[in-house]
Amino acid sequence: MAKYLLLKHYRGAPAPVNDVPMDQWTPEEISDHMRYMHDFAARLEATGEFVDGQALAPEGTFVRYDGEGRPPVTDGPFAETKDLVAGWMVIDVDSYERALELAGELSAAPGAGGKPIHEWLELRPFLSAPPTISE
Amino acid sequence: MDEVLLRSLTPGVLTVLVRRGADFAAAEDAVQDALVEAVRVWPADPPRDAKGWLVTVAWRRFLDANRADASRRRREDLVDQEPEPGPAPAVDDTLQLYFLCAHPSLTPSSAVALTLRAVGGLTTRQIAQAYLVPEATMAQRISRAKRTVSGVRFEQPGDAATVLRVLYLVFNEGYSGDVDLAAEAIRLTRQLAARFDHPEVAGLLALMLLHHARRAARTAADGSLVPLAEQDRGRWDTGMIGEGVAVLQAALVRDRLGEFQAQAAIAALHADAPATEETDWPQIVEWYDELARLTDSPVVRLNRAVAVGEADGPRAGLAALAALDGSLPRRAAVAAYLHERDGDLATAARLYAEAARKAPNLAERDHLTRRAARINARLNALRCD
Repeated sequence: MAKYLLLKHYRGAPAPVNDVPMDQWTPEEISDHMRYMHDFAARLEATGEFVDGQALAPEGTFVRYDGEGRPPVTDGPFAETKDLVAGWMVIDVDSYERALELAGELSAAPGAGGKPIHEWLELRPFLSAPPTISE
Repeated sequence: MDEVLLRSLTPGVLTVLVRRGADFAAAEDAVQDALVEAVRVWPADPPRDAKGWLVTVAWRRFLDANRADASRRRREDLVDQEPEPGPAPAVDDTLQLYFLCAHPSLTPSSAVALTLRAVGGLTTRQIAQAYLVPEATMAQRISRAKRTVSGVRFEQPGDAATVLRVLYLVFNEGYSGDVDLAAEAIRLTRQLAARFDHPEVAGLLALMLLHHARRAARTAADGSLVPLAEQDRGRWDTGMIGEGVAVLQAALVRDRLGEFQAQAAIAALHADAPATEETDWPQIVEWYDELARLTDSPVVRLNRAVAVGEADGPRAGLAALAALDGSLPRRAAVAAYLHERDGDLATAARLYAEAARKAPNLAERDHLTRRAARINARLNALRCD
């Protein structure tokens, strides 16, 4: 019983094997990709392992506090070199091995030519609550 | 209305339905419905016979659901006759329910969820909140678990170890939420111990009681973790410690040692000590040796190194640690502590910071970061002098 975050990147991850940008896929390939993602999430719901999934817009802004009584300072858009998160999925699984297995499946989502993208996904464990028995 | 008392009736009601011929999954749903109904109706109109009321309502719910399904399932013959509960069965049904919900074909998380619902009487929503997952996810986990065990005969005896592992998980990995999972684990283990004469069941109950007794002292007002050595022992629950020690002693005299009894024995030695310095560390080391013999777990050897450090000095602890794999979780934290005790502050600070980066939970990370910061402040002050 452990929660993991699966992070998908617009930028910042190593290049996938099937590295064709989405805007050069056929409309059917895009639909197939979306269906795969949707089915994947639905399957995780059915196995009782799904916690959350969201997609993020690529545009974003840096914001920081600028002192008492002053509006926050903004900066952006993000520089081209910045690691850019595209979305996430949170899973609740019995083991690290299971988390790896699911990340592998998600990375096999079809892309150009209907072939798996082999996209690099970032797998991050949640910091859990401390166990009661520690000694 | 006492909801814990209400929920304690769950396994008994469920097993009556199963014994009358309802299949486990449908009976379990019907009992949940009856519990929800009881919470609604009882405050204004409490029944004289609580269990009888629940059985009647649950059986009616089961029949209604079954009737709706009847054309498909052909269960009409069950509908018209309402059998009396038969003679007392030779095997304890509630005990069988524990075994079923912890069946080895289930994953740990499924077994935990099913046990909390079918034995504990918690709702799916309560279990979902406790484990911080959506209710729909928990509902699926439970219904899959029920499907997985649907072919298991109710009368089959199970392995006590699987049940104990599930209860241990509920106790030890209880997250925050509406439901106090640690208290629930103790309730379920106590209920099991009353039905099942087994030294390891008693050992687990003792272990839980002895750790639960420290609960008030385990966290500071700001929510940060207070390690055992720094806990205000005056805040330990002496009544609970007394019960834990008595349960443990009764188990130990039977001379069938297991890992939970050994762990409880270590907890009891801590409970006995008015202060860390007065702890019987040599005896704790001996119990860790027993535990290592029983489980061969690297975590046990790591904790043993801490105890050796207290019994024979930090150098001895570090020597015990040297034999252990460097990639072991929490090894850096133990090494940091032993180096700190040995007076090597620079190494301790470095290792505490490393341990904080590897900590598996937030409370531990904060604690380790604070220790590193405290030592670094001391080192800086020494340099300035």
